[in-house]
Amino acid sequence: MDYLIMVIYAVTVMGVLLGGVTFAILAERKVIGAIQLRPGPNRHGPWGLFQTIADVMKLLMKEDVIPAKADKPIFVLAPVLAFAPAFSVMAVLVYSSSIGGADINIGVIYFLGVSSITMLGVLMGGWSSNNKYALLGSIRGVAQMVSYELPLILSIIGIIILVGSLNITDIVNYQAEMGMWFIVPQFLAFVVYMISSIAELNRSPFDLPEAESELVAGFFTEYSGFRFAFFMLAEYTYAIAIAALATTLFLGGWLGPAFLPGIVWFLLKVCAVMFIWFWLTATLPRARVDQLMNFGWKVLIPLALLNIVVTAVIKVWMG
Amino acid sequence: MSLGVYYDNYILVLIFMLLGVALPVVALTFGRLLRPNNPYAEKITTYESGITPEGDAQVRYHVAYYIVALEFIIFDVETVFLIPWAVTLDQLGWVGLNMMLIFIGILALGLAYSWKKRVLEWN
Repeated sequence: MDYLIMVIYAVTVMGVLLGGVTFAILAERKVIGAIQLRPGPNRHGPWGLFQTIADVMKLLMKEDVIPAKADKPIFVLAPVLAFAPAFSVMAVLVYSSSIGGADINIGVIYFLGVSSITMLGVLMGGWSSNNKYALLGSIRGVAQMVSYELPLILSIIGIIILVGSLNITDIVNYQAEMGMWFIVPQFLAFVVYMISSIAELNRSPFDLPEAESELVAGFFTEYSGFRFAFFMLAEYTYAIAIAALATTLFLGGWLGPAFLPGIVWFLLKVCAVMFIWFWLTATLPRARVDQLMNFGWKVLIPLALLNIVVTAVIKVWMG
Repeated sequence: MSLGVYYDNYILVLIFMLLGVALPVVALTFGRLLRPNNPYAEKITTYESGITPEGDAQVRYHVAYYIVALEFIIFDVETVFLIPWAVTLDQLGWVGLNMMLIFIGILALGLAYSWKKRVLEWN
């Protein structure tokens, strides 16, 4: 591949991603609004389409307040460190049989490894703010993210056992050969993945790190203006990336009836996964910290281990 | 796959990483031209619901978080150990499966022990 094409590909993905995040935020507000029987944002543009753009412009014009007691270098670095890994994982995603990023043979490990750096941004942001709410939010967030990263990774191992490869293209091609998406043979893993991904993304009902009724805004309490915007951007970028990984692993990636091109199927499935998250946000109340930790360690991890053992035994049995 | 193509894929990964760092850095640098900058003592105090902030926030926190971190490290190493086994299970067959079942069994025992010792309780 030519290097120029690579740069063009990366810039295109970033452009599409920024547009995607803009409309994902609008979609979340619209969906939650519809569920709560109110119109949601509807002032800027037709059907409120430009609401997020207006929000971003406003944040761009806002003063960037850095508290006097904050640890300035770390405070400045944290939003960058939250966003960069969330975007870097997009490099290995494959959107259709012809459109895709880096074809590396450790694709899934790269994705999981790099995405966990995001929590360093959370920790640094909370610690350097020198604010009690921010500190509480960030250590809660990190405890939650490390606890739920284990079931997230363990749930994927069942698929790795079946496919025998960590390459994302191989995983989708295996599903095409099998004639079945992994959501059917690995349904338990899919449930574990979806629940732990919500906790990993700090989304409601597991949004304890930014529980606004007790911690103001959690780890980004002290952030304002565009630095705050980058934390939000990182959060939604990571959400899209995790939804895309769920699509690739469990929902057959770009596979689908031939009347639509592969990439359209891929994007539709990503939207469906994100819609489920929005739906849960509007439906469920926030979990307590002890419920959250108990659920992760005592339910999800044993379930994920059980899934690995059963899958491995069946795989070896069938030869 | 030839070696050149192999490395090219990692160059694409590198481009993504650089772009991921570049976007916030560039946006925040050029945003400086647009945003006002007028800090004064009251504005840059730590936010504590409007009252005068009390003491320092960078203090020692609850020991439960350290225990979670320790448990995480144990199980994360296990996960890393499971991945190469999962990829090669085809070739390993029953022998590899039995070995890993013993390994998972020991770890499950460890999880059961910390469960019994109420380490996983959060209070």
